[in-house]
Amino acid sequence: MRERYVAAIDQGTASSRCLVFDRSGRIVSVAQKEHPHIFPRPGWVEHDPEEIWRNVEEVVARALGEARLEASDLVALGIANQRESTVVWDRQTGQAVHNAINWQDMRTDHIVRALDKEHGQDFFRERSGLPPATYFSGPKLMWLLDTIDGLRERAEAGEVLFGTMDSWLIWRLTGRHLTDLTNASRTMLMNLHTLDWDRELLAALGVPRAMLPEIRSSAEVYGDAGGQLAGVPVAAALGDQQAALFGQTCFSPGEAKCTYGTGSFLLMNTGERPVPSSSGLLTTLACRVGDEPPTYALEGSIAVTGALVQWFRDNLTLIGSAPEIETLARTVEDNGGCYFVPAFSGLFAPHWRSDARGVIAGLTSYITKGHLARAVLEATAWQTREVVEAMISDAGVPLSTLRVDGGMTANNLLMQFLADVLDVSVVRPMVAETVSLGAAYAAGLAVGFWSDTEVLRANWHMAAQWLPDMDSDLRERGYRKWRKAVALTTDWLDDDDD
Amino acid sequence: MPGNIQSIERAAAILRLLSGRTRRLGVVDLAGELGLPKGTVHGLLRTLQSVGFVEQDQETGKYQLGAALLHMGSSYLDGNELRTRALNWSDSLAARTQEAVRIGTLHDGQVLIVHHVFRPDDSLQTLDVGSLLPAHATALGKVLLANHPYVAVELAKKGLASFTDATICDAERLERELARVRERGWAADIGELTPAQVSLAAPIIDRSGLTVGAVGIFGPPERLLAARQPRGELLAYVREAARAVSRELGAIPW
Repeated sequence: MRERYVAAIDQGTASSRCLVFDRSGRIVSVAQKEHPHIFPRPGWVEHDPEEIWRNVEEVVARALGEARLEASDLVALGIANQRESTVVWDRQTGQAVHNAINWQDMRTDHIVRALDKEHGQDFFRERSGLPPATYFSGPKLMWLLDTIDGLRERAEAGEVLFGTMDSWLIWRLTGRHLTDLTNASRTMLMNLHTLDWDRELLAALGVPRAMLPEIRSSAEVYGDAGGQLAGVPVAAALGDQQAALFGQTCFSPGEAKCTYGTGSFLLMNTGERPVPSSSGLLTTLACRVGDEPPTYALEGSIAVTGALVQWFRDNLTLIGSAPEIETLARTVEDNGGCYFVPAFSGLFAPHWRSDARGVIAGLTSYITKGHLARAVLEATAWQTREVVEAMISDAGVPLSTLRVDGGMTANNLLMQFLADVLDVSVVRPMVAETVSLGAAYAAGLAVGFWSDTEVLRANWHMAAQWLPDMDSDLRERGYRKWRKAVALTTDWLDDDDD
Repeated sequence: MPGNIQSIERAAAILRLLSGRTRRLGVVDLAGELGLPKGTVHGLLRTLQSVGFVEQDQETGKYQLGAALLHMGSSYLDGNELRTRALNWSDSLAARTQEAVRIGTLHDGQVLIVHHVFRPDDSLQTLDVGSLLPAHATALGKVLLANHPYVAVELAKKGLASFTDATICDAERLERELARVRERGWAADIGELTPAQVSLAAPIIDRSGLTVGAVGIFGPPERLLAARQPRGELLAYVREAARAVSRELGAIPW
């Protein structure tokens, strides 16, 4: 019998990738192409959607070529994508009317403040699970509609279409205008309970419904692709963090993963009902396979984790490369009483204090660069603990194991310290490419390549495990100091600061 | 002030000449450049060779700077960096072979485990990172010793400890074994450290051509051997992973 494969497109913030997986979930080939960020003004970040589409076509061709595969060898294609980035295009010509506005773009700052003032946070949280913030698509779309001459009229007439990156790619691949509910849940326009566009939210943001894609499940056949992928069913779309949750096979309530990169994203499956957060977390969709009930997740994002190691490397130049921080940290036994809170642009989940700025607390004449390196690594673990505690308090279920992925999982000292301060076992899966794997799994499920999620669980293997090994007294004393250090960061900004 | 030690000055002059544009020089060239008798230069070279500061090319008989000297310079690779760069490839080696993977570097004549990937069968396993293994009784160690012969010589001088009936404890036998490892580009330990355990390994090479580590798998003989020899497909996976990590470190593809 001929081997068949599933392809995944990971359309990320920095690059577009295509990975091909076999039935055991092993990587058969990888192709990647980076795209430049466009910075029209300070705080503005855009991508050229045409360039992204060309790159996607190129990486698909390269990934197939590398493994000597043809479209007919693929049973399905799944998409995982950078979330929230916003594109509007012409229904007739298929051309984008503006560059894609990236999720990091801050131009909607004033829109977000106005929305918050006019309707209050709860109005948005109750309906969409999200507080107004510049990340989400809705305010970006509002800016485009307000700024581009005649766009609102054309949107009302159904002549221009809105989409996040998944929609843009599905449109180009199949000619259909769709999105999946995990991506829709990041627009601030979808109602978490009805899983449809919310009339009141659309009114608050002034978005015409005629331009919005149809919301579908994360795993179903949306249509067949054309071009080089002619005949391949496009069968899954998920936001990248939700794809990682799925790729880590966190299918049951209470299962959680954290992806450690520049920033870190902790998502916990909360089962079939949305859990409102009173601790500053986001309520979001985890996944929906076909017409099965949808699953929800709580999300806590940590803005500065790997970025702090990069800052330590580039701004203090105490190390030559990021991995060397572990070598430096191992020159000492502990942090020497030193704590580093990287509130570089304020405190995020679960504190949400924009008036905070970073501190290094507990400095004495005893502290060496080794202690600082420890404090830098420990900051990632303590921040994770804060988010985990918020999650446990919101969801009411304990965490038994944290599944981790991303670049920082290569740091053994950090992973051990994480297990120590969370007091749970930390495990790294064998396939670190959990984002692409999640999209491939969802697509494979949709076409019956894999029969059910149990088969996928059997594919998941542990590559490493770190067990907690810290005296509880020491752990709680450390956490107390960390919280004191956090308290020192707040109320730093004054009204007359620039 | 006491005078300088003449032989050290002369040795330094040799190293300086070898680090210049020509890189490889014979005894006659060096003697001519330094204005010294051939015999004196030969004696200095032999000492420098024994500490690993120079190496002699087998074919031409000419001398070049040795790996030990290069290691002391900036080309030293941090073990944590090696793990980070090798992460994807060692995962894929474990997935393909269904065996546990380890990456090791030389540390005071022993193998320091800098990375460990569990065997993908979800059995209870413990991370070995940070532990030290005897170099002459493991595949990782033999790969490293084969490419750092001066360490092997030092080790043999101190005596080679025996762990099982199969451990190589004789200096000459070890030298022959390491020559074979160098020649074929991989090493095997068949019950040489632990009776019912086999390990296979291949070298990780950096952009300067230096062996900076070794990557390999370990497991029971019934899975790793066929007719008492390492299984060909497993060796191929190990060597492929070593090449992939080397490419990642900027080594010229081979």
